[in-house]
Amino acid sequence: MAGGGNGEVKLLGTWSSPFVLRVRLALSLKGVSYEYVEEDLKSKSQLLLESNPVYTKVPVLIHDGKPVCESLVILQYIDEAFAGIGPSLLPEDPHDRAVARFWAAYIDGTFLKASGQASSGKTEEEKAEGKKHAAAAVDNLEGALKECSKGKPFFGGDSPGYVDVVLGGVLVWLHAGDEMKGVKTFDPATTPLLAVWAESFDALDAVEAVMPDVSKLVEFAMAWIAQAAATAAAAAAATKGVFGSRTKWNGTEPFRV
Amino acid sequence: MAGGGNGEVKLLGMWASPFVLRVRLALSLKGVSYEYVEEDLKSKSELLLKSNPVHAKVPVLIHNGEPVCESSVILQYIDEAFAGIGPSLLPADPHDRAVARFWAAYIDDKVFLFVHNLQLLKASSQASSGKTEEEKAEGAKQAAAAVETLEGALKECSKGKPFFGGDSAGYVDLMLGGLLPWVHVGDAMKGVKTFDPATTPLLAAWADSFGALDAVEPVMPEVGKLVEFAMAMMSHAAAAAATATN
Repeated sequence: MAGGGNGEVKLLGTWSSPFVLRVRLALSLKGVSYEYVEEDLKSKSQLLLESNPVYTKVPVLIHDGKPVCESLVILQYIDEAFAGIGPSLLPEDPHDRAVARFWAAYIDGTFLKASGQASSGKTEEEKAEGKKHAAAAVDNLEGALKECSKGKPFFGGDSPGYVDVVLGGVLVWLHAGDEMKGVKTFDPATTPLLAVWAESFDALDAVEAVMPDVSKLVEFAMAWIAQAAATAAAAAAATKGVFGSRTKWNGTEPFRV
Repeated sequence: MAGGGNGEVKLLGMWASPFVLRVRLALSLKGVSYEYVEEDLKSKSELLLKSNPVHAKVPVLIHNGEPVCESSVILQYIDEAFAGIGPSLLPADPHDRAVARFWAAYIDDKVFLFVHNLQLLKASSQASSGKTEEEKAEGAKQAAAAVETLEGALKECSKGKPFFGGDSAGYVDLMLGGLLPWVHVGDAMKGVKTFDPATTPLLAAWADSFGALDAVEPVMPEVGKLVEFAMAMMSHAAAAAATATN
């Protein structure tokens, strides 16, 4: 529901999107109330199309009728527009802020990009390369956590901040992927800080309140993979598989299982 | 040289890089003095490798010994760390800031459409510089769509003024402005006009206005030199590809 002093806050999203989840986490951590609208990405609402004409993707935050798009942009907006409410997401010092923005960009531009290539690469070679780069990225993130946390539990220090939320939105999908592949992305043996971070983050009240069920995500992913395989098989049968088995996920931001 | 009240400001860069150019333009607009260090990307300095261990790329801004990496991050850092000096790069209102950040992210998302053969800027280019006719056509189509979208963005952000930032150049102007010389390179080499006054009048006027700013003109690299650079990199890449496949 609209939150009195905050003005009217509405979030267009889908329950399974890690990018939408980032926004829900931020609003939850700050204690900003909002109306959540679940979108059907196969039949996008007029409001979504009007609010995000460039990408027609979720999440979209609509504050007093004005839309904000792109999860990282929304997070920074939430930090600035609701500066008086709850904890800050970004630190105060300009250099610390720059470091936080750097790692947020790294998570999306390098880590998620590599993970995406690992699952959806056109060739086995591409997938293997993606897997390698994703593993290297995880190592870098372990280093980042060490540098940013300075011995505290979160990238933001004592309490979670911008980078925690940016990575946290993806966390439940990492859990789902781990379950499906029988691996541990944040392995306590090789990335002890990240392994502990994941537990600490998951245990936060504000986080537990919004995280979707890992088992539901696994179900969702399996159904999506099955459908993608069926579509690819049909396409390969119809045309000589010009575009391979890569299915376009035209719903949320660059998002791959 | 180090600027007294600003502390010591150093920029590691490469003269042809549009991303480095963004930072030079920002520092120039704000009137922040700095020491510029030209990096040889085929033989990176110890300082570069130490300051940007994750990507080993330029630009890197080093302020009082502390490095900042990634052009969009550096621009926002400059705006915040030198808040008292020169004009602001980002607007004051949170929603306007969000709109500016959105368009900056969009420009970076589409940067490969604006920077002619972006992979040529990487010293060790394994990617083939050749594209199929299909790929070229698809690229041209995407570029045209992106330019159209940016024309709309400029209309929305400028509200009749010359720049995305309004009366004066701001964050989005810098993010796109850094790419401008390379847009001219692409135009020169392909015999086209990316910001065509007939179809994108606002952007065409913007390109002229931006290029003419006192703070911008002296910093921009010569398009002729960039064309030379691009041709050299292309033949180098083609030679490497030929040797690889033979």
